[in-house]
Amino acid sequence: MKDLPESAERAEKLKGLGSSRKRVEDARFTQGKGNYVDDITLPGMLFGDFVRSPHAHARVTAIHTEEAMKVPGVLAVITAKDLEPLGLHWMPTLAGDKQMVLADGKVLFQGQEVAFVVATDRYAAADGIEAVEVEYEDLPVVVDPFKALEPDAPVLREDLEGKTEGAHGPRKHHNHIFTWEQGDREATEQVIAEADVVAEEMIYYHRTHPCPLEPCGCVASMDKVNGKLTIWGTFQAPHAIRTVVSLISGIEEHNIRIVSPDIGGGFGNKVGAYPGYICSAVASIVTGKPVKWVEDRMDNLMTTAFARDYWMKGRIAATKEGKITGLWCHVTADHGGFDACADPTKFPAGFFNICTGSYDIPTAYLSVDGVYTNKAPGGVAYRCSFRVTEAAYFIERMIEILAIELGMDAAELRRINFIKAEQFPYQSALGWEYDSGDYHTAWDKALEAVDYAGLRREQAERVEAFKRGETRKLLGIGLTHFTEIVGAGPVKNCDILGLGMFDSCEIRIHPTGSAIARLGTISQGQGHATTFAQILASEIGLPADSITVEEGDTDTAPYGLGTYGSRSTPVAGAATAMAGRKIRAKAQMIAAYLLEVHDDDLEWDVDRFAVKGDPERFKTMKEIAFAAYNQAIPGIEPGLEAVSYYDPPNMTYPFGAYVCVMEIDVDTGQTEIRQFYALDDCGTRINPMIIEGQVHGGLTEALAIAMGQEIAYDEMGNVKTGTLMDFFVPTAWETPHYTTDHTVTPSPHHPIGAKGVGESPNVGGVPAFSNAVHDAFRAFGLRQSHMPHDHWRVWKIANGLGLHG
Amino acid sequence: MIPARFDYHRPGDIAAALAILGEHGDEARVIAGGHSLIPMMKLRMADLGHLVDLQDIAELRGIVVEGGTVRLGAMVTQAELIASAELARAAPLVREAALQIADPQVRYCGTVGGNVANGDPGNDMPGLMQCLGATFHLAGPGGERSVAARDYYEAAYMTAREDDEILTAISFAVPAGGYAYEKQKRKIGDYATAACAALVTMEGGRCTAASIAMTNLSDVPVWSEAAGAALVGTNCDAEAVSAAVEAAKADIDPTEDNRGPVDFKRHVAGVMIRRAIERAVSRA
Repeated sequence: MKDLPESAERAEKLKGLGSSRKRVEDARFTQGKGNYVDDITLPGMLFGDFVRSPHAHARVTAIHTEEAMKVPGVLAVITAKDLEPLGLHWMPTLAGDKQMVLADGKVLFQGQEVAFVVATDRYAAADGIEAVEVEYEDLPVVVDPFKALEPDAPVLREDLEGKTEGAHGPRKHHNHIFTWEQGDREATEQVIAEADVVAEEMIYYHRTHPCPLEPCGCVASMDKVNGKLTIWGTFQAPHAIRTVVSLISGIEEHNIRIVSPDIGGGFGNKVGAYPGYICSAVASIVTGKPVKWVEDRMDNLMTTAFARDYWMKGRIAATKEGKITGLWCHVTADHGGFDACADPTKFPAGFFNICTGSYDIPTAYLSVDGVYTNKAPGGVAYRCSFRVTEAAYFIERMIEILAIELGMDAAELRRINFIKAEQFPYQSALGWEYDSGDYHTAWDKALEAVDYAGLRREQAERVEAFKRGETRKLLGIGLTHFTEIVGAGPVKNCDILGLGMFDSCEIRIHPTGSAIARLGTISQGQGHATTFAQILASEIGLPADSITVEEGDTDTAPYGLGTYGSRSTPVAGAATAMAGRKIRAKAQMIAAYLLEVHDDDLEWDVDRFAVKGDPERFKTMKEIAFAAYNQAIPGIEPGLEAVSYYDPPNMTYPFGAYVCVMEIDVDTGQTEIRQFYALDDCGTRINPMIIEGQVHGGLTEALAIAMGQEIAYDEMGNVKTGTLMDFFVPTAWETPHYTTDHTVTPSPHHPIGAKGVGESPNVGGVPAFSNAVHDAFRAFGLRQSHMPHDHWRVWKIANGLGLHG
Repeated sequence: MIPARFDYHRPGDIAAALAILGEHGDEARVIAGGHSLIPMMKLRMADLGHLVDLQDIAELRGIVVEGGTVRLGAMVTQAELIASAELARAAPLVREAALQIADPQVRYCGTVGGNVANGDPGNDMPGLMQCLGATFHLAGPGGERSVAARDYYEAAYMTAREDDEILTAISFAVPAGGYAYEKQKRKIGDYATAACAALVTMEGGRCTAASIAMTNLSDVPVWSEAAGAALVGTNCDAEAVSAAVEAAKADIDPTEDNRGPVDFKRHVAGVMIRRAIERAVSRA
């Protein structure tokens, strides 16, 4: 420490950018002192819960509530008929569709909300639910999106019958939602027709679920005296929820307060609006009492937003030397019974058009068909930016398949096709401007770190030993180089329901030199209270420990679009830096007055303004703050506050190079991750410890998705994986050791050069795990086998390749 | 996930517990660790008016190794099975299998009696007890009786125990020879995709006794007499082990579930059986 120059020593004390400062949130979380929605108890609070459909597709012919009303403690049973006069029996979705709040004549997926039982406590509500008798008339069930588009497929959405125009253009079939096209179809098809080599494959990214530790829920409380509706809820976007509630209910926005308390993980599951929110609010307005609704695990898995379910048909063309010349992709996207995807309005398939990945592909074409089926609605970005993980999985599988087609090493094929460092900013064939990157450096560092050549030698020896009957285990080397696109986003092309996707920060410096910063985002475990204070510490020179970060209460926080799609650091983090700079600008004027010099004669030095050439004459930010409030300074208003609303000029493009080494027992289908190396480049690193934690968490969710986690349906539309017995969530036992690494390529347009990292490991992790499985069997002729790679599916690969003798 | 209303009883001895069962008939169920019953109640699949908690009954506790016999009280938890040095010496197979049940939290509550009593085909202890040739001790209104573990299971959740009886203890002779419990599961906390318990005794290079039993490969645990017979008298070479594996596989009847289809389960069962036998032989 003594060797540090004096100013570096002061900088270290601030715990600003680059400090592995411990998370300030953890003191309460690790002691069980968090305050989650289900911890909220208000006087006279009631509890509501749903009667849910056991059928995936049925007409609801009658709902008998009389017996339920006799159950002690049951106060009301609300059905669509009760909501209809209020216009609340349907609600708008984030994707421009509408969704039944309660079954209006029919149900479209198993677990759909049919009636809302309001009772004095959750036990009485459960008894009431059992006493509600619903008469159903079965209708034919469609769980396959390809069958849904057949001419004689049953009509799922009778409310849309005859409507040939949807929220995203023409509908070509009664179960069709939209077609979204990007790129140049004609040119791409010509490139493919003339190519030396074309690899074609169907890549399926199965349906899964974010499954946050805490399920969704809310407490709605209508104060009939002052007319104010307060909703505490598990909201990843509290301000957007307030606006939507206002638009739906007609209650003026100043009379609605939305509070996101501590949230136990979101991962996209808590972005959208659910019937539980509407029903709780209505029940509170009707009864005048607070009403709580909290899902159980089965409700969460079966009914709130799922993720993925993309059938991706791909063609990739290359020269015989391996230079990629074109990419064609058609996606059949299964959206379930209602289109409740959470994507920016102009992007019905999210940012799937990032599917050219890290590669310089001159010509590309993409089309996506959204389809209704008898499954739960959703399609959220589960720890990824909108549909980016699907895109990354698609291109990283197609690269592997092209390598097989070419007889090339997959690492080398990537290397010769990467966008070069000097090509940035890079215009992709599907419409994005990649802000920055240095893929070759990252790739070489990763391959060297794992001794890639040595691994390939070991693998070749293993294959020979296997063929000689000396081992029953194969070795897979899973490679991925992913490019994320995060930080939605520029208001010019990103909005949700017309709400521009900027974000905000408001800073108030207290007279004694501490501060509070409020943001439009909301942490769900990301550690915002820790990292945003660090950004600010470096900008304004007050210690991070002296800065409170507050989010989630719409009455106090500035308006913002919330936390998902790794947007908090790229957007709200930028707003924080910009607001900090406004503080500093005012502080400079105050310091100039105090030091009796011109503004321009001062320079900023970590935590103070010093006179240029005379560093002993200075005023610290702490001194300036006191003066700002307590000294009459001519021409300057008292106080030291700033607010910034930041509309980013572009997305940011984090990237990474991952290598997974996997042992596979061909007889049992069991897999073991021997090594996992993850290099992430998220630009400027705010808190390396938090980044490492984010990478570990994201990789573990990626492991889950790739190796076993799915929402599976049988042909009748029954959810087969509705409990944690069958829905795979890894514990410490299943989680391997991860080695993390990094390069730093700052974003050129972000105020501090940061890019966002929370979702990168999920985007890159899934193809790395999956490619390892595929790679192990490459020598025996495997091209493609769909995830999740659970024991029996891995066993099936081996069995299909004749490896069981 | 909220159960229907029920009355909770907590008797202090077996006689009092039996009296409650006698009074309420099939309206009442005993509860030990609760890992099978409580989820079924929460899903409202088990509808009962009276829950009879056995945890205060001291007579149901305790591990006793005496005179070449092991006696496990029905309320002995899996954690206690693992922690008992005496049991680890007398019957290390039990400890090895108990360590493969779920996770530590489950094992602190889960009991050996609850594991074997209700006939859940996914549970590990029933097959294990069949492998050990254990005896289940039942107390009922008519007094006590014993049923061999190999005769106890009739179908999934159907056993030789009458509704008004309580399984009080399990006993078995201290096993000889090598042992192994091999289990494949998807993750911690899962039931077996396939599991096999093996006991093999070798004398002078010849197998003199062998017992092979399997978990979750039929609607009841499967003790394969033929598999044991295929090993006895041999030197347990590859050919003999293969014959035993084939014999054991002939006795199973797995069904498709989320773990996989029947052909996969049969294949994995063969692998687990082979590994269990080979490891037991290596320890014999």
